[in-house]
Amino acid sequence: MEFLNDLKDQVWTAYELLAAGWGVQLLWGIAWTLAVTVVSMMIGAVLGSLVAAAKLSHRGGLRFIGESYTTVFRGEPELLIIYLFYYGGTQVLTGVARSTGSIGSADILNMPSFLGGVLAVGIISGAYQAEVFRGSFLAIHRGELEAARAYGMSPWLRFRLVIMPQVLRLAVPGLGNVWQLTIKDSALISVTGVAELMLTANKAARSTHHSLLFYTLAGILYLVMTSISTPIFDRAERYTSRSFTRPK
Amino acid sequence: MTSSRWIALAALALTCSTPAMAKDWKTVTVAMEGSYAPWNQTDASGKIVGFEVDILNDVCARAKLECSIVAQDWDGVIPGLTAGKFDIVMDGMSITEERMKTIDFSIPYASSPVAFLADKNGPLAQMSNTGKMIDLSKDDAESKAALDTLRKELTGKNVGLQVSTTEATFADKYLKDVANIHEYKTTDEHDLDLMAGRIDVAFADTTYFLGTLAKPDAKDLEFVGPQFKGGPILGPGIGAAFRKTDKDLQDIYNKALKAALDDGSVSKYSMQWFKIDITK
Amino acid sequence: MDFDFYLSTIWSVLKALPLTLEIWFFGIAFGLLIATGLTWLRASGYKSGEYFTRAYVFVFRGSPLLVQLYLVYFGLSQFDFVRHSPILWPILRDPMYCTIVAMALNTAAYESEIFRGALRAVPVGQIEAAKAFGMSAFTRFRLVTLPIALRLALPAYSTEIILMTKATALASVVTIMEMMGTAQKIQHDTFRPIEVLTCAGVIYLLLNLSIARLFAWVEHRLSPHLRAPPEQGQQVKPVPEVL
Repeated sequence: MEFLNDLKDQVWTAYELLAAGWGVQLLWGIAWTLAVTVVSMMIGAVLGSLVAAAKLSHRGGLRFIGESYTTVFRGEPELLIIYLFYYGGTQVLTGVARSTGSIGSADILNMPSFLGGVLAVGIISGAYQAEVFRGSFLAIHRGELEAARAYGMSPWLRFRLVIMPQVLRLAVPGLGNVWQLTIKDSALISVTGVAELMLTANKAARSTHHSLLFYTLAGILYLVMTSISTPIFDRAERYTSRSFTRPK
Repeated sequence: MTSSRWIALAALALTCSTPAMAKDWKTVTVAMEGSYAPWNQTDASGKIVGFEVDILNDVCARAKLECSIVAQDWDGVIPGLTAGKFDIVMDGMSITEERMKTIDFSIPYASSPVAFLADKNGPLAQMSNTGKMIDLSKDDAESKAALDTLRKELTGKNVGLQVSTTEATFADKYLKDVANIHEYKTTDEHDLDLMAGRIDVAFADTTYFLGTLAKPDAKDLEFVGPQFKGGPILGPGIGAAFRKTDKDLQDIYNKALKAALDDGSVSKYSMQWFKIDITK
Repeated sequence: MDFDFYLSTIWSVLKALPLTLEIWFFGIAFGLLIATGLTWLRASGYKSGEYFTRAYVFVFRGSPLLVQLYLVYFGLSQFDFVRHSPILWPILRDPMYCTIVAMALNTAAYESEIFRGALRAVPVGQIEAAKAFGMSAFTRFRLVTLPIALRLALPAYSTEIILMTKATALASVVTIMEMMGTAQKIQHDTFRPIEVLTCAGVIYLLLNLSIARLFAWVEHRLSPHLRAPPEQGQQVKPVPEVL
């Protein structure tokens, strides 16, 4: 019985704290987490396809660059890359701006935390997406590419009509995994002061001394975010492979 | 890329960032931890409030500056300042010789000795010299004796403190070889671990602990052992930090802060947040 | 370029390598134990076992390891019964054990999925052949299913091990001075974050590259039947890329 009373108290405290304004804060945290993830995924998609192309290239130099990219950014702790972008971004921006004279020689051009954060997470996401794209490309039937060439299709046409639709279809499940990974990586941006879900939960836990409550809430909210993305990617998979399913 | 494109790119970056560009200092960005109650803390609506926020608002009003506050974890405030992420740091930071090598400080706006907090019913409740103030700048027999006793009593104990603080430097010099030092990212975290019993004693500023003791779940905690102040490690007081290159901003800030100290405004904020005047 | 600074930083960070490896090793070892249990539970055919493993995997794969670590370290210590338990508290009191517990619980979720996939990928024909041979269930498992499944699981398992190496860096948030924590301390003392982080980055990269090489070598050794026989006077192909 004592346990039940304890539980009741806990729920009541939780309600009071959330109603006092932390609830709204957490909702904003979710919004920022989703924003960070979506932007990072887009940066990662651009970088990932370029790197995948480099890794599939016939030129040794390009292949080496692609290999190094995926090795470095999958082999380094995410936290380290995020810190590097946070501190290094401002130095690079300032250096560029000073050398072009757009700011004075003593002025500093700051890289905003959000921008630095999404660049870091985007680059990491790009390394994983590159592997997904490369795998999908390799899974395309050689014969189709040869047939397209025999038809006299230009490289662009071949890419647009044969390669891209298939890579996208084959890449969807892999991209779903990368998406989940990126949501979880976005939690690490909290160290740079972007008020995403993890930072908000952290601040709430520290200032109210209810760490169990807020970390559990954060955990649940991340679970909700990763689990509602699963049916979305399932739908995307059905959509992209619609021409491969037999009509009933 | 041609240089005009570079300029266009830089201009683009300028417009979408919060640059510390104001040559005549109209807008400044100030970093605080947001979890160092009651100096600066986050309220339930996510806003940073506290003693230092009140000082900042006052100073900025006097100096006609537009000040915005950003939250920055303590372990990143000095690297962030020197890297240009913000222009001023106000985070209960002691003015020490070590830090003066890298950054500059305003005149002090408060002084806060360092102290130990432990469980009322624990083994450390009976520490000697409790409540005594030891001034390390005197470097006399009394302070030496107090340090010796402290070392003896903390031998083998787990001491929690915040990373990169004056307490950490103090512990490095006097306690490292006898006690186990645990370095936390935030002061709240060592409070939580003190209540959980992972550490035997927490080591931080007296003023910060006053805030801790005011919280309902701290009813079993109390100050133990002596308080320390002064000397090269603990420094003459607490001030705002600036980049070494921003002397002009520092002068503007100091002038306004001096006025606020002289007319008793800062003492008033101190009474509000600490119930005592810590500007003396 | 300040070579002395780089060298002394690399040396200081390297001194924390044993601690990183300790977290890494025990996290992986306990993770493997839990994962084996989960895989067995899932394969046992009990409905409740399947539901439990599904829920487990869902929870531990769906939330960030950082949240899990905070929950184990700061969250659980809020319960009085945890603090007064003679069994739980000695474990959960120590930040090192907390990190190992969080890492083991987390990696077990991923590993059990890897093992499940590998078990399902064992060709049915092989199992049928073993049955036709009259092997007992245990012998069949020991001599046919397990070796094939382990070999199939290896590439995904090595990726997971590398993710774990990176995850050890999170231990710094609960006061452990492993490589990342040490790097951050030097960074606070010297205020030169970029140089210090670069040094740490080089060490992590080398560490992960050697782990990847090691696994590639093991994989190469375990799959002679997949290699083309080397032609006369021709060098055996270099080990495949893992990382």
